Amino acid sequence: MSERLGVTPAQTVGPYLHIGLPWPDGPYAVPEGTPGACWIRGQIVDGTGAPVVDALVESWQADPDGRFDHPDDPRGARPSTVPGFRGFARTETDGQGWYGLLTVKPGPLPTPEGETEAPHLTLSVFARGLLHRLVTRVYFPDEATANAADPVLRGVDPDRRDTLLASPAPDGYRFDIRLQGEHETVFFAV
Amino acid sequence: MTRDGYDTTHPLTLPSYRRDDVDAHPPLLSPGYKSTVIRAPHQPLVYLPQRLTEVTGPLLGEGRLGEFDHDLTRQHDGEPQGQRIIVHGRVLDGDGRAVPHTLVEIWQANAAGRYRHILDNWPAPLDPHFTGVGRTLTDERGRYEFITVQPGAYPWRNHDNAWRPAHIHFSLFGRAFTQRLVTQMYFPGDPLFFQDPVLNSVRDEQARQRLIARYDHATTRPEWALAYEFDIVLRGRDETPFEDEDDDE
Repeated sequence: MSERLGVTPAQTVGPYLHIGLPWPDGPYAVPEGTPGACWIRGQIVDGTGAPVVDALVESWQADPDGRFDHPDDPRGARPSTVPGFRGFARTETDGQGWYGLLTVKPGPLPTPEGETEAPHLTLSVFARGLLHRLVTRVYFPDEATANAADPVLRGVDPDRRDTLLASPAPDGYRFDIRLQGEHETVFFAV
Repeated sequence: MTRDGYDTTHPLTLPSYRRDDVDAHPPLLSPGYKSTVIRAPHQPLVYLPQRLTEVTGPLLGEGRLGEFDHDLTRQHDGEPQGQRIIVHGRVLDGDGRAVPHTLVEIWQANAAGRYRHILDNWPAPLDPHFTGVGRTLTDERGRYEFITVQPGAYPWRNHDNAWRPAHIHFSLFGRAFTQRLVTQMYFPGDPLFFQDPVLNSVRDEQARQRLIARYDHATTRPEWALAYEFDIVLRGRDETPFEDEDDDE
């Protein structure tokens, strides 16, 4: 075991992240045409209510069976049964502050304490004016029972829990992100 | 009882990543950097236990890289203007272990301090031979290398006569969501450090020094390029039963 090193500090992505970070297939956690795929879209607004037009959102999630194709999942890495499932999306906001990503709803997840986490995505938000990423979670409105038992949601101030809940939309779900002020989205320290 | 071929009666033991010290990263609200004032959350962050979603993460890169993605001087028909430099280093975790096969993305201004971006229109020239975007994967020892040109400083409107010191943006994934990091690399001895609220948002002097590359004469290539070394440290893991696999030293 070697010496312990201090971590490299985070810095903002700045206003010009668009030359480096967006990928042509970024918004697609699953390929277009995947059965059961849904769009998760939302608007990001700042403390003045203005849309954040230069943000980048990244998502990470389990597949519909609640599995990860990752060696650190103690249940074993397992490629998804959904063809082309990547579990990850990267999407920049448009001129009105909207982002959108195409995915399939994840399955519930076991915890070390023997509880069950409700289906969720985890999001990172990067932007000019954010010196470190902001982390939040997206929960689903059609999972009331699972959400009520979710240990993370239960740890959040009940008055703020609904900021982590997507709402139904014609082609999926809507999840707005308010960086600051009234109805501020819950952000997490990971 | 089993489900999907694993024993659900067996307790689920997850790796755990050490939480960062309070001063390891800049405070989200750093008023010297004006954009933080309307974008930093007012509410304190809520503690998130590290569960399956957080201790896993996207393992990206294979198949995403083109032949010249790591060489920003060879992405066009001609060579870009500016001082050619090699930027290299290792991606490590907080215990000094290499982070192998992880995607490293960079973006930067050209030698004149101008980004190839629609919103960057200060009167410095664009370079038709420079995009300013690079990608590579670390090798099995966590090493990466880019060839690029020294970026220029550029003005911005944060405060009176504000200039960003020359820097290169870095984006890293590590192997878990908890390790995701976006940062900036600076050059040693830059006279603009004193007035830059982005670098100085990191309050701890030692932590700030970790953002400044080291001039590396041993890696220069005679009659061809200067070199800088920039090691990047992602969060380390607490001791767990899973510590064995990636210890290469």
